[in-house]
Amino acid sequence: MDFEPILLSLKLAFITTIILAAIGIPIAYWLSGKSTTPKILAEALITMPLVLPPSVLGFYLLLAFSPNNGLGKWLHDHLNLQLVFSFEGLILASVIYSLPFMISPVKSAFGHLPGNLAEASYTMGKTRWQTFIYVLLPNIKASIYTAAVLTFAHTLGEFGVVLMIGGNIPGVTKVASIAIYDSVESMDYDSANHYALMLFAITFIIVLAVFIFNKKAVKNPFE
Amino acid sequence: MIEINITKRIKTYKGWEDFKINTQFEIGKITRITGPSGVGKTTLLKILAGLATPEHGLIKFNGEVWFDAKAKISKRIQERNVGFVFQDYALFPNMTVEEHLKFGTTDIEYIEYLLELGEMGSFRSNLPKQLSGGQQQRLAILRALSTKPALLLMDESFSALDKRLKSDLLFRLQVLFSAQGTTVLLVTHQEEEIVGDAGVFMMEE
Repeated sequence: MDFEPILLSLKLAFITTIILAAIGIPIAYWLSGKSTTPKILAEALITMPLVLPPSVLGFYLLLAFSPNNGLGKWLHDHLNLQLVFSFEGLILASVIYSLPFMISPVKSAFGHLPGNLAEASYTMGKTRWQTFIYVLLPNIKASIYTAAVLTFAHTLGEFGVVLMIGGNIPGVTKVASIAIYDSVESMDYDSANHYALMLFAITFIIVLAVFIFNKKAVKNPFE
Repeated sequence: MIEINITKRIKTYKGWEDFKINTQFEIGKITRITGPSGVGKTTLLKILAGLATPEHGLIKFNGEVWFDAKAKISKRIQERNVGFVFQDYALFPNMTVEEHLKFGTTDIEYIEYLLELGEMGSFRSNLPKQLSGGQQQRLAILRALSTKPALLLMDESFSALDKRLKSDLLFRLQVLFSAQGTTVLLVTHQEEEIVGDAGVFMMEE
């Protein structure tokens, strides 16, 4: 059995989770503050991948980053960057597709922190940044772990978006979910079963770990 | 002197109302603020700390303008050197007793002094959830003192303490306040919390 698709999926999930932790946590903090029109709009946009068919998102990303069209052409001509049918393109698509899985739990956790924790820190002379790092973040640690693990697991299971923007290039964009599809297409059910079983086992262990880790902090990681 | 003459729109169960206050507090003294529930005692403390912003008026601390609506001046919370003891303590769940104090000061001797003052030395490694209500309240007071504030705002800060502890702590705090020249505004319903020559400011609707 070829383990490359599984390794590629794990690599994609890992990189996506790191990127989303870096950009998702500050966005979640911003969204958790007083509700304003830009925030409502941003939140609606961020939530879209949850309800949109992955093929729709994949289709528009394919159009946007095609070297024949505006943005994709500009990236190709000026930065020599081709996102369509490349691993970098998969990362970008995964970041967009998994955005709500990182942001929603973290935003909810920030929202549930008592407001006077930050106020107490400010009266002690601490800046917003110091308060964020030393007071707010440590107190939502459990939710951050949950969000990271959910993002990782969700990215592992991506199919529609990945297929649209990445295609099926062995060693580049052929992740485990694509390998399953590819095996079934060629009637190789043994290989499909191996990939499927491995994805099932990895995902189950990850979700189980979240439940065990957070059994005291939250009742259900999807809350 | 702390000079306050402000108006703030506040939302009450009756709708939006103007909260107006025009008064002065002596510097270096303890003033007990009292009055019926919902009259705005906590709001006054929050405005002084910079945690709430009035729409109109002026606040001066010892001659220095902290807030001036007309001139659009509002001194940052972090620069007011104010200590705040919150009614619900607002302790940091991730920090031990000692870490709370270290968050306010790097002076180890002063931290030891505060731990002794609040009889909290044996709980230094405990998290807030491992403390009783009275211990949490003492920690909230010690934390507010850790930055050696010029103005200490205390919101019902002794309500969870037993009589013996309250009386001992008040005595020790009074010594500390005089040594540091701290101005204290203490919101309380308990008359026995008046210490020494403390003034009383009665808020009315």
